[in-house]
Amino acid sequence: MEPTPERMMWMYENMLLIREYEETMAKVYLEGKLPPNIQKGLAFDIGSGPVPGEMHLAAGQEPVAVGVCAHLRKEDTVVGTHRPHHFAIAKGVPLDRMTAEIFGKSDGLSRGKGGHMHLFDPEHKFSCSGIVGASMPPACGAALAAKKLGKDWVAVAFFGEGAANQGTFHESLNLAGLWKLPVIFVCEDNKWAISVDKDHSTAVRSDADRAGAYGLPGISVGRNDALDVYSAAGEAVERARRGGGATLIEVKTDRYMGHFQGDAEVYRPKGEVGELRKNDPIPGLAGTLRARGLLDAAKDQALRARVHAQVARAFEFARQSAYPQPREALEHVFA
Amino acid sequence: MTTARKLTMAQAIAEAIGQEMERDPKVFVMGEDIARYGGIFGATGGLIDRFGPERIMDTPISESAFIGTATGAAAEGMRPIVELMFADFFGVCMDQIYNHLAKNTYMSDANVRLPVVLMTAIGGGYGDAAQHSQCLYGLFAHVPGLKVVVPSNAYDAKGLMIQAIRDDNPVMYFFHKGIMGLPWMAYYEGSTTEVPQEAYTIPFGQARVAREGADVTIVALSQMVQKALVAAAELEKEGIRAEVVDLRTLVPLDTDAVLRSVTKTGRLLIADEDYLNFGVTGEIAAQVAERLDRMVLKSPVHRLGVPGVPIPYSRPLEQAVIPQVQDIADACRAMIGANLAKAA
Repeated sequence: MEPTPERMMWMYENMLLIREYEETMAKVYLEGKLPPNIQKGLAFDIGSGPVPGEMHLAAGQEPVAVGVCAHLRKEDTVVGTHRPHHFAIAKGVPLDRMTAEIFGKSDGLSRGKGGHMHLFDPEHKFSCSGIVGASMPPACGAALAAKKLGKDWVAVAFFGEGAANQGTFHESLNLAGLWKLPVIFVCEDNKWAISVDKDHSTAVRSDADRAGAYGLPGISVGRNDALDVYSAAGEAVERARRGGGATLIEVKTDRYMGHFQGDAEVYRPKGEVGELRKNDPIPGLAGTLRARGLLDAAKDQALRARVHAQVARAFEFARQSAYPQPREALEHVFA
Repeated sequence: MTTARKLTMAQAIAEAIGQEMERDPKVFVMGEDIARYGGIFGATGGLIDRFGPERIMDTPISESAFIGTATGAAAEGMRPIVELMFADFFGVCMDQIYNHLAKNTYMSDANVRLPVVLMTAIGGGYGDAAQHSQCLYGLFAHVPGLKVVVPSNAYDAKGLMIQAIRDDNPVMYFFHKGIMGLPWMAYYEGSTTEVPQEAYTIPFGQARVAREGADVTIVALSQMVQKALVAAAELEKEGIRAEVVDLRTLVPLDTDAVLRSVTKTGRLLIADEDYLNFGVTGEIAAQVAERLDRMVLKSPVHRLGVPGVPIPYSRPLEQAVIPQVQDIADACRAMIGANLAKAA
């Protein structure tokens, strides 16, 4: 399935945006966390600074987000993971409100209650959570609702190869197969579940092959390539929209940064990330676009400048936003 | 002659596990990222190099399977230690814990023994939000059949872990991330203590008076003990002498230690980081309420806990719902000023 030039440029620009965002966040996250202004003796203080807590960044995994979301409408649902920024950005979650949420500010999507792993944007049908494997059942639910409402909406559950060994994966695929739900299960195989690689976690080589066990088609995307993902996702989305049920897509992608920021990655072979970066999907797509006459140096520079400004604005918005009042902590347990 | 040196709580736990593994070949460990990584919070640091992957086993993200596996292996005479990375993740495997690990001993009239230690990280205060900051020991203490151990410092952590490993019953062992002494998270330094080199045990159901005082009793556990001690030092300057009782274990619970202290001081503050409602603070208060004929309270019981909300992410919100040192000190001051009998 070939994307239109407009879709290709959309994917490219969003990959640039995601990469700029994650690299900016990696720097900003460190603010306030390093000596000397932290507890004596500590190398790092996770709870300090403008963005406290854990931070999971998706640099390298952009193709999965843009290749899938390029097919989605506003009414389609995306349920993401603890590493959610690329999905949120590709789904159209407003960057400023997302960033304010990550900073815990009152202009954030949840006025600071959720934070980086719990981004909720019902307007753009986006949500995510910090529990591995938790994305799949709610995506089935969104798909079920679409069916009951008679809509041709689809739902996408993103998860990692580690999550494919969690009970919810097996239950959700069976349920989706049984009830012919318009859901797409997208497995980001970045090889690592924190420190455990796929060979040491999974009894089979291919998660795409597991689809057959649940009566679903499985598609394997062997390259971290936006156009390859686009092609596989296009097939799956089209199947779901016409009532053909669910699909499992497995994408071999690359995690450039640690599981979480601050992760020393002692478990990772030296030089692995350097090797992976040689196949960076962003210059990869740029090359394709240039070959088709869709991109030249000037246009690329303009795009990068635009993306840089967008990210800078979002972070500035977050910094300027006020913190919520402490009494808000007791509000909205119930609606 | 044994030498004592200071260990962080994480080091103490890993040392306890290592010593028991040397002593007893049936002890082994399963969990996520416990081998090369040494556990996300350091509880198995250094063990893979000493015992190898046959006994320090990284698992897939399949908690129901591997925690149930611990139950099954224990029934066969093995002594597994299994790590649930964050207590918050219990949801994905709760059936194996509360319906099987907890109940098989009883349902078999103790013909089946399950010497499992299920250890897990708890606690917030560093911005990890609703699904990564909970304590939840109250929930596990509520369900019959699980011993519940909650150390507040390195010395206790080692003794309680060795006790847990040697116990033939399922023991849930909760270590608070903010007292593990990790190099990447601010922690209360009182939790790093001298720890004897040799193996030793601390019996379950034996609370510790962490600080003596005559004016008010603060019952606490886990990191809250450290907060209470800081508050008590502050109160001392105002002439308020607070006694801090560190519960150490919830199941079994050392009710007598609580009663002794409250009989002495006449004022009870229970400070907990778990949810306020239907939990630890209510249990302690009820235990005292049932024995009001034996003591005189000078002020109503006071409870501190997370007030019925998920842990919010934003720092000012999180600090507002998790009891802080100031909240403990202010509560004690209020209790000193209060009277049970209202003035006319």
